[in-house]
Amino acid sequence: MFEAIAFYLFAFLTISMFYITVTTNQALYALTALAAGMIFISVFFFILGADFLGAIQIIVYTGAVMALYAFGMMFFDTTRDVKEKQGNKFIIVGLSALSAVLVVLIFVAPIVSDNITALYPMTEGAGNTQEVGMVLFTKYLIPFEVAAVMLLVAMIAGIVLAGKKMDLSLTLMNDAQIRHIDEEKNKKVIS
Amino acid sequence: MEAYLIETVIKVVVVLLIFSALAGIGTYFERKVLAFMQRRLGPMYVGPYGLLQVAADGVKLFTKEDIIPTGVVAKIFKIAPVITAATAFMAAAAIPFLPQFEIFGYTVHPIIADVNIGILYVLGVMAIGLYGPLLGGMASANKYSLISAARSAAVFISYEVVTGLSILAPIMMVGSLSLVDFNNYQVENGWIVWSQPVAFILFWIAAFAETGRTPFHLIANDHEIIDGFGTEYSGMRWGLFFIGEYANMFFISFVIPLLFLGGFGDGSVMGALALLGKVAFFFFFFLWTRAAWPDVRPDQLMWLCWKVLMPIAVINVVITGIVMM
Repeated sequence: MFEAIAFYLFAFLTISMFYITVTTNQALYALTALAAGMIFISVFFFILGADFLGAIQIIVYTGAVMALYAFGMMFFDTTRDVKEKQGNKFIIVGLSALSAVLVVLIFVAPIVSDNITALYPMTEGAGNTQEVGMVLFTKYLIPFEVAAVMLLVAMIAGIVLAGKKMDLSLTLMNDAQIRHIDEEKNKKVIS
Repeated sequence: MEAYLIETVIKVVVVLLIFSALAGIGTYFERKVLAFMQRRLGPMYVGPYGLLQVAADGVKLFTKEDIIPTGVVAKIFKIAPVITAATAFMAAAAIPFLPQFEIFGYTVHPIIADVNIGILYVLGVMAIGLYGPLLGGMASANKYSLISAARSAAVFISYEVVTGLSILAPIMMVGSLSLVDFNNYQVENGWIVWSQPVAFILFWIAAFAETGRTPFHLIANDHEIIDGFGTEYSGMRWGLFFIGEYANMFFISFVIPLLFLGGFGDGSVMGALALLGKVAFFFFFFLWTRAAWPDVRPDQLMWLCWKVLMPIAVINVVITGIVMM
């Protein structure tokens, strides 16, 4: 009974949070609703007994949305409404309803026709974390490693792009040195 | 089923009451300890040794007008302190506060939800607590609050990596993420701090960043950016930030001994008392550092976390792996 109550409560909450994210034109509301929705999703993992994935969902998405906040802080005055082109509101509702129905159909179709079988059944005595580890390092080893390499490449690219003048620190220099750097820049602009 | 439900509700209420009261008394301890270290008297006038100062502060906070300034994003502004306080107490759900004991022939497990990923859950939910300062700062329509919000984002992205990597080595040794399993492992094999001193120090440093205590108190640096995210707050909303901060300090003081210092041991009364003693020491250490150390700048914190602590943590994980093989 509690599972049913928790499921319907958090299903309602998650959907309303993401609805706010899409429809509001206040950047802070959108970001906060996105973070809340992402954290509410973890409840479904907990209900299904996948505690590890639930906790990972919380940890990963708090960090990820925190980075979005940083961008929001840089690009918007987050206390004011963003003026956006108002299209037809029914298009948003129609499209999201349509895609939701499609997603449900895609996932329900194999269940209805009984075509789903568990290839890697639960191992007796192994905890949640061990189960995830076993599947990751046997069946999904190659996708897992490829994803790791891609992330490494992205990280190195990020460091190379952002790493220019990393050894200079404005807080450690005195005023004369900073003025000197400014003059150097201005010279280049003039010439 | 009903017994389980009633037991859980009672446990939740007990934890909530004890730790929100402790959060209030924690402010008294902090002021007294700071005063003692700085050769002052601290709160003296209200009650014996100023003990009733906590009650006086509580009355003041509860009865003060709750001001919502014009120009703020009202909904976010109102919900931000609640996030800090609520997530601090939510994190407590997976902490085993004491060993199990019998009362009137009924065995009580003093842990609200014994999930098998306890430590991940505790750290993850505690991390959400930083959304409070961030949202409060961004919604306040105040430059100082905004600086404080930017700093809380910076703190978040710096310490999170260190916490995760530093506890990875002990987790590899124990082979479980449950805090109860950590405790039982240490009963058999001795305290983890002897085999993982580096991880212990790293986690302890990161705990200071996590709770926003003094060496890393840059989120709400009182002398630099007024009161940071709390500038525009008044009354109980401002108080909720503090309840969250102090509750977090108490909970992290429980987590450190459970992870590294043997926890409650074999479950005897002495073990339980020893755990409370360790908690008291770590809480006192938070106050001690506040009296003894200056604050670091945001760029120094990021430098420390990314260029010093993170490499050490990675090397520690690699060495642990090699030794275990």
